[in-house]
Amino acid sequence: MNFYGYKRPDGRFGIRNHVLILPASVCASDTTRIISQQVKGTVTFNNQNGCSQVPPDQQLTMDVMAGFAANPNIYGTVVVSLGCENCQMDLVVEAIKERTNKPLQQVVIQEAGGTVKAIEKAVRYAKIMVQDASMVQREECDISKLIVGTECGGSDPTSGLAANPVVGELSDCLVDLGATSILSETTEFIGAEHILAKRGKNEEVKQRILEIVHRYEKALRLVGEEVRDGNPSPGNKAGGLTTLEEKSLGCIHKGGHRPIDAVYDYAKQVTDTGLVIMDTPGNDPSSVAAMVAGGAQIVVFTTGRGTPTGNPIVPVIKITGNKLTYANMEDNIDFDASPVIYGTKTMNELGQELFEMVMETVNGKMTKAESLGYMEIAIARVCNYV
Amino acid sequence: MVSAMIIDAADNVGVAIESIKKGDTISYLDMTKKQVDIKAAEDISIYHKFALCNIPQGQPVVKYGQHIGVAAADIKQGEHVHEHNVKSVRENLG
Repeated sequence: MNFYGYKRPDGRFGIRNHVLILPASVCASDTTRIISQQVKGTVTFNNQNGCSQVPPDQQLTMDVMAGFAANPNIYGTVVVSLGCENCQMDLVVEAIKERTNKPLQQVVIQEAGGTVKAIEKAVRYAKIMVQDASMVQREECDISKLIVGTECGGSDPTSGLAANPVVGELSDCLVDLGATSILSETTEFIGAEHILAKRGKNEEVKQRILEIVHRYEKALRLVGEEVRDGNPSPGNKAGGLTTLEEKSLGCIHKGGHRPIDAVYDYAKQVTDTGLVIMDTPGNDPSSVAAMVAGGAQIVVFTTGRGTPTGNPIVPVIKITGNKLTYANMEDNIDFDASPVIYGTKTMNELGQELFEMVMETVNGKMTKAESLGYMEIAIARVCNYV
Repeated sequence: MVSAMIIDAADNVGVAIESIKKGDTISYLDMTKKQVDIKAAEDISIYHKFALCNIPQGQPVVKYGQHIGVAAADIKQGEHVHEHNVKSVRENLG
């Protein structure tokens, strides 16, 4: 099966054609916002990090920045840094070049002579880049070039009964066609890790699945906290989810039934096809950011309570199994999976319908979150700023 | 009318798929698609859990065929099953 995508010089295919104005740190984020407002066809985000971070923390931020620039939905990138942050311009540029050879420009605010001059320089770079990007036409390419991220947020019991299993059907379908599906949210494997580990394609993958779960729990205990202290959330509980184990057992349905081929650390570039796991937090925007950095061109996001969330770089399709939430937040939710609970449609039928919606979106149709301009992101963190 | 569902044959809790009032009949299809009726001992909100049978304190609460916690009190058939009578237990799973 094929889709229509924008071919990039690194051989990957985008399903959107944005120019990224990339803030290297929090100190460049307002500047990139102003630049992006000036140039149609650009996207940016608020990077809260990039400075005063311990090395493993800085690495997470670097991987997200490099991965965003390398994401195939991005035509090219203008990196904007302040000049004195830990994520120095040369480090950011080097990290991007390790992942891609797409167009890249740089502006350092302190070197350019302040806000106005930096903005002028970056706007000129971005203006040329969006014009060049507009000349790229979609072309047919094999579905093996497609990476789909899966996420759940604001879960309730219908997530495990309907929305996540329907996404699981989608995931199986993608894997069978040779594409890649990413299962994320390590905190929501807790209590279900034995089921996932059994599906690892070999002993190494099995051990990695158990390792990322135990590593996450240990990291929280180092600061005297337990993952259960914030999970399930008040909204999860109000919806009817009682324990983290119950939430996890519903969550893992997004991964369908195929063997798990690989486990990736946060925001690392995904190179395997098939079903893979990425080690991300249950926190939605930071988990989505990691999969986007990993190369996912689209994210399918299930919700029980309802959420407007989107992403600046990839379309986010939202799906609920809660009939009340779909009726209540139809402006935000793209797909209603509740018929499977009431027996009016089968899991297989809904999986096919969702697959068709995904392909329509891949080929250009905007999601509700895109049409409403949702762009929030977050980056996972190891510890406090220094 | 069916107002609830079960997920796995090993489960001792079901899920309401409509809002259920105390004293209502809860109807669900068992794994052989046979309708089972039990009486709701309490109000059960839509998508919340109820006990399919009596669950003594300390016994596992089972959904998806897996342990989701243990009963923190004796739970009777038809009662609402949630935070007030279930506690989360981290099991060693591998």
